[in-house]
Amino acid sequence: MASYEVKLLGTLLSPFVIRAKIALNLKSVEHEFMEVGIFAKKSDLFLKSNPVHKKMPILIHGDRPICESLIIVQYIDKVWASGPVILPSDPYDRAIARFWAAYLDDKWFRRIRAIILSQGEEAKKAALEDGIHGLVLLEEAFTKCSKGEKFFGGDKIGYLDIALGCFLVWVRVIEIMANVSLIDESTTPQLFKWAQDFCVDDAVKDVLPETDKLMEFVQFNYVAKLKSRL
Amino acid sequence: MAEELKVFRTWSSPFGFRIVHALKIKGLEYETILEDLSNKSDLLLKYNPIYKKIPVLVHNGKPICESLVILEYIDETWKQCPLLPQHPYDKAMARFWAKFGDDKIFPPIRSALFSQGKEQEEGVATAVGNLKFIEELLKGKKFFGGDTIGYLDLAFGWMANLISILEEIVDMKLVDAETFPLLSAWMSNFSADPVIKDCWPPRDKMVERFKGFRGPHLKKVA
Repeated sequence: MASYEVKLLGTLLSPFVIRAKIALNLKSVEHEFMEVGIFAKKSDLFLKSNPVHKKMPILIHGDRPICESLIIVQYIDKVWASGPVILPSDPYDRAIARFWAAYLDDKWFRRIRAIILSQGEEAKKAALEDGIHGLVLLEEAFTKCSKGEKFFGGDKIGYLDIALGCFLVWVRVIEIMANVSLIDESTTPQLFKWAQDFCVDDAVKDVLPETDKLMEFVQFNYVAKLKSRL
Repeated sequence: MAEELKVFRTWSSPFGFRIVHALKIKGLEYETILEDLSNKSDLLLKYNPIYKKIPVLVHNGKPICESLVILEYIDETWKQCPLLPQHPYDKAMARFWAKFGDDKIFPPIRSALFSQGKEQEEGVATAVGNLKFIEELLKGKKFFGGDTIGYLDLAFGWMANLISILEEIVDMKLVDAETFPLLSAWMSNFSADPVIKDCWPPRDKMVERFKGFRGPHLKKVA
């Protein structure tokens, strides 16, 4: 049996794993996708490959593991250099893309999750305001980064498209569960259009999970568990 | 076109020093704007509206925020004396550990500085546990970057200056030479490096400064 030189460990229910998968697709890298449940008991390979955080995604190239989704995306971009470029070529544009990607992970995703996972109406309302505020900032960033093209990366998907786009199904699930509008055609028209273009891209369309599937997963593993703790 | 470089920072911020060290390694001239975080300048708020924090690097009028993003920008813009390793895997490892330091070492140490009793003990225990990973990285190396200071040394640089200061303030040992022989040696080597050693502010001023940060947090508990 052929042993793949590149393995990706994780599940596409995780937006962080989605990032790595999209990057591999963009570069047409042949790889083995090893499905790992988020809450499942982790294999020896998994734990050996990410002993520090024990989290997904993990990219294994040859026998070397690389962890942390944004670091994996940058690694893929550098190693498979002949494929479409993921990070912008200009150092300043690159810094902007890295800044916003870090913002998404350090601040924004946590806040939008809090819309459905925090307790009390005040907390949920504050989370919603923060989530929308973040999207308004990203709408402005889109104008600067896209330079009139379809994506943050220009005419093709790039680093920031991947960093934000991986959350689109979570956004949809939160919108449905909380009955709110996050990426809104009137408030964030460019992001609204961008989201549609992103989802149908060849590197993306088979990667994002079905909304129903993610919603069921979120409901069961996060919301229900939260309620049971009350 | 003449390059215009400005660094917005405070005189004591460890994250600000990352940028100072990087620019010194690259041999770059720049203007320093020292901020008072209780009274932030309009320029800082204009250049970093999202976080309103230092450091900010402004290059020919264009701001770059977040110290690790700034380090990569400096390295990619000025190619002399590379900071990040060349090999993609080594680069990935450097980025991984830099993030680890910011997410898993700095916060518990900061928490230990701002607390006392059990909470402080927990902060110290967490930090020490995570520092053991860092100790491993130094096997066979003088610096994290190898023979010379690199990105990861700059990312961890705050430890070489601040850890002994914080140990003095909270009267607890974080990095002892017996448990952390390699890290202890690195802290000395890093601090003694010609690029680094003249950059730190006077130790007594730093002790006073960080005691000042700690004070209000203790009063809240009392």
